[in-house]
Amino acid sequence: MNVSNYIKLEFPSKSVNEGYARSAVAAFAAQLDPTMEELGDIRTAVSEAVTNAIVHAYPDSIGTIWLKARILEGRVLEITIRDKGQGIPDIKQAMQPLYTTGGEERSGMGFTIMESFTDKLRVRSAPGKGTTVTMARRIRVRNAGR
Amino acid sequence: MNIASAYENGKLTLYLQGELDHHSARTAMRAIEQELEQSLARECVLDMSGLSFMDSSGIALILKAHKLTAAQGGKVWIEHPSRQALRVMETSGIERIVPIAQETGKE
Repeated sequence: MNVSNYIKLEFPSKSVNEGYARSAVAAFAAQLDPTMEELGDIRTAVSEAVTNAIVHAYPDSIGTIWLKARILEGRVLEITIRDKGQGIPDIKQAMQPLYTTGGEERSGMGFTIMESFTDKLRVRSAPGKGTTVTMARRIRVRNAGR
Repeated sequence: MNIASAYENGKLTLYLQGELDHHSARTAMRAIEQELEQSLARECVLDMSGLSFMDSSGIALILKAHKLTAAQGGKVWIEHPSRQALRVMETSGIERIVPIAQETGKE
């Protein structure tokens, strides 16, 4: 697989870093000349994945979140968000729309949004070991004459 | 994020400003709760013209506003969402519960 560029970030699971994470990925993605809509989708998907790690992976403590963004062949932006938190016992259930263990403050729509705002979503998790969420989104070449 | 408000003839308008994510949602929720309880408004408008970003935390916030307003016998709706906020709301299906006043298209 041809990787033309990448960034790697590491930050503590503090909610104030949600804004930083989505802005950093958006700034990195800018080199692919995305539309406002594509950029909005990317920021939203990253925000959901990072929030999940903050709320669910490390519910009672501050842990580390690793974020990687790569530009792959065919103008594909791949984003990986990894934690070493408590893991998801049942991924299928967690991905159901409206399912949440986060109470009234959460809507249970995080995975649904990640899924519909990207082309590919993969979730790997092991209870007690952590979760890795990988998302890919192809950035279209814009028509000439815009 | 910030919330400014205006009240007129039983209608409370809440102007959401800045970025609405999980980090800002708790404060925002408390502010909205307070505004609704104090005003006892029959109608509540969530004006999103100043909102530069919203993720699914916003959906939980809208549902909360809906619940509180409904408990007071009133209704809530959304005005002036950005394209990005509109996409999040459409994906979640929230417009089946809380109407979105249409005239969008701004980035």
